Amino acid sequence: MDFNFTEEQSALQDTLRRFIAKDYGFERRRELACSELGFSRDTWRQFADLGLLALPFPEEYGGMGGNAVDTMIVMEAFGRGLVLEPYLATVVLCGSLVRDSGSEMQKKTILPAIAGGELLMALAHYEPGTRYELNHVQTTARPDAAGWVIDGAKSVVLGGPWADRLIVSARTSGDARDDAGISLFLVDRNAAGVALRAYPTQDGQRAAEITFTRVKAGADALLGAQGQGLAALARALDYGIAALCAEAVGAMAALNEATLEYLKTRKQFGQPIGKFQALQHRMADMLIAAEQARSMMYLASVKADSLDAAERSRNLSAAKAYVGQSARFVGQQAVQLHGGMGVTDELNVSHYFKRLTMINATFGDADHHLGRFSDSLLAA
Amino acid sequence: MDLNFTPEEQAFRQEVRRFIDDNLPAELSRKVLEGKRLTKDDYLTWHKILYRKGWIAPSWPVEFGGTGWNAVQQHIFDEECADAGAPMIMPFGLRMVAPVIMAFGDAAQQQYFLPKILSGEHWWCQGYSEPGSGSDLASLKTRAERQGDYYIVNGQKTWTTLAQHADWIFCLVRTSTEGRQQEGISFLLIDMKSPGITVRPIIMLDGEHEINEVFFENVKVPAHNLVGQENKGWTYAKFLLGHERTGIAAVGRSKRELKRLKEIARRETANGRPLIEDQRFRDKIAQVELELMALEITNLRVISAEREKRTPGPEASILKIKGSEIQQSLSELMMQAVGHYALPYSPEALDAGWQGMPVGADYCAPLAGHYFNMRKTTIYGGSNEIQKNIISQMILGL
Ligand SMILES: Cc1cc2nc3c(=O)[nH]c(=O)nc-3n(C[C@H](O)[C@H](O)[C@H](O)COP(=O)(O)OP(=O)(O)OC[C@H]3O[C@@H](n4cnc5c(N)ncnc54)[C@H](O)[C@@H]3O)c2cc1C
Repeated sequence: MDFNFTEEQSALQDTLRRFIAKDYGFERRRELACSELGFSRDTWRQFADLGLLALPFPEEYGGMGGNAVDTMIVMEAFGRGLVLEPYLATVVLCGSLVRDSGSEMQKKTILPAIAGGELLMALAHYEPGTRYELNHVQTTARPDAAGWVIDGAKSVVLGGPWADRLIVSARTSGDARDDAGISLFLVDRNAAGVALRAYPTQDGQRAAEITFTRVKAGADALLGAQGQGLAALARALDYGIAALCAEAVGAMAALNEATLEYLKTRKQFGQPIGKFQALQHRMADMLIAAEQARSMMYLASVKADSLDAAERSRNLSAAKAYVGQSARFVGQQAVQLHGGMGVTDELNVSHYFKRLTMINATFGDADHHLGRFSDSLLAA
Repeated sequence: MDLNFTPEEQAFRQEVRRFIDDNLPAELSRKVLEGKRLTKDDYLTWHKILYRKGWIAPSWPVEFGGTGWNAVQQHIFDEECADAGAPMIMPFGLRMVAPVIMAFGDAAQQQYFLPKILSGEHWWCQGYSEPGSGSDLASLKTRAERQGDYYIVNGQKTWTTLAQHADWIFCLVRTSTEGRQQEGISFLLIDMKSPGITVRPIIMLDGEHEINEVFFENVKVPAHNLVGQENKGWTYAKFLLGHERTGIAAVGRSKRELKRLKEIARRETANGRPLIEDQRFRDKIAQVELELMALEITNLRVISAEREKRTPGPEASILKIKGSEIQQSLSELMMQAVGHYALPYSPEALDAGWQGMPVGADYCAPLAGHYFNMRKTTIYGGSNEIQKNIISQMILGL
């Protein structure tokens, strides 16, 4: 057992911490969130220069050969900075899907483009009415002479408005909730028949509802084996869940620091409010929740690279459930302990709270994953 | 002991229901039930309908224009209004400043202000909290200095709910710095149109404008706008805080929201079945329902006891704590029910006239914002921590 980071990982952590502190202040982040585009292409270029966009890819495709722990370090820092750039969508979700399931040709064209910061991507998987079920896919892909024809609708596609290319899950056989028969396709965002409705999200990011009407994709658009997409998706989403756990832990750490500082400086009844035992115990519980969540984040990151799918998904569900519960508690209490200040848009506290709330609602909330973990007890 | 409604009470409920059916405009109740943004006019429309009927102030004594209803009837009335989707009746005039004016104001104040509170001509806001004085209200610093027939007011109030709509503000101001903090506070009624008052919006975490900062710069307030005696304002304020807390139980509104939660849970699906069939989720609904069942009865117990003594006691803290927690749970579960459709932020969809296509089901748009907004309920009106201090000290004697 070893809880230490490698030298490279510690250096990465320092670099990111400095970057967030210096170049990603809260007011700048607010401006970005309100801007027309919603994120900064300059920042994305900086990420490329720092090697962040190449991190989880093999070296032969322009990558750094990093693992999920490296991604964790990045996402934890992004959680602190409430970073808006579509790292999760492009690098973590789509990047890992192409890395793990792509053909030689797909890897060669896509991974270096992501690593270089030239290509933004988004995963269009969940559909209206599916809640968090992975196998609930009604979008269809029919073969035709030139390749495939895709029809269907996808909901809350994170980073969708910015994507140059999409990875779309679609049924090539079977019924709406069958495990088998789901295939993945690379689709150009500007392909004829792709209609996108973009909107901001509660936490200042961007997403989209996307419909596909007789969208033509070439034979080379198929990503991975036909009809076997579910396992690949589950793996990529577990990678995404590990990343979200890290982001949440970063946000919780920032919130706890802010709240502790407030308890020491805000005075009522002639003393810092941190002198009230009721609040001391609350803050202690917040610290405990964040530390326990951090432990689960480590577990999530180590297991995200596991090739044993059942073990991987069981652990990732455990982590997502636990981190979700902790994030809910820490977020709510940070707001509460800030009193009226906590419910203002002006202070960063409410923004962390909102991001944590939305992380909980992404890729399955705490109850959903508690249920999956609970079901796994029957299988054991 | 009998927890059933008597035939008379049931008949009363029918009468209230019929009146609401006939008089509450359908588009207004739709706005409320769908969680749309309400305008000042929306609130006033319903206020005036009740005023014309003589039902605007059930909690007032009959001699001032009250209805003479007992606690159970008032409860039935609140519940029916909430269930039908009537806009909330703003408490600042009717439930907060009016009882103070009745109990401590002079005849001229009662004659001038009370009818205008009843009719809705005056919209009131509450000027208690200051940046440095929230939970520790008695430390407030806004100064009022007597100069001839006027007080000159300087300072700042904050978190002032809907001050942007208000015609008048009731303020706690410092008129003396001698003795205990509590002994130098006075209760002053101030016209919001007075020169020297500036209202600045505070945007809340849901992006909405509901609260404000109010600045006072050499504001001249006629001395006859002082309520009761100078330096006795703290006594009046404590009297008022009790009234604020009973309204805060929000049993009627929570019952309506519980219904809405169940509706949403029936319409959403999980694993190909209605979400309400998911045991884990349904148990959460059931748990809030238990809390609400208990609170409804506790609420009736407290307000029945109050009618005998006429002022709310520390038991009101129980209503505040449970009422706020229930409102928060309901809003959280509604948001949770729609899964990732909590994410889209579409403030334009909260406008009643909006004709656009909703993202997700038509009920999704307000849910996350409502959850965020409801965090306020454990903070305002005396935070829940402060309520527990009150219970510890006043009920438990610790
Ligand atoms: C949406 C909203 C609307 C409001 N509307 C109005 C209005 O119309 N008019 C008005 O006058 N005010 C209004 N308020 C103000 C409200 O009453 C105050 O926010 C509240 O009293 C808390 O004060 P504070 O915000 O300064 O927090 P603080 O008093 O600074 O409290 C910070 C934290 O410390 C805790 N704390 C403080 N003292 C103790 C203690 N002794 N023991 C344990 N914990 C303690 C609090 O519970 C809180 O969690 C409103 C507030 C909100 C959020």
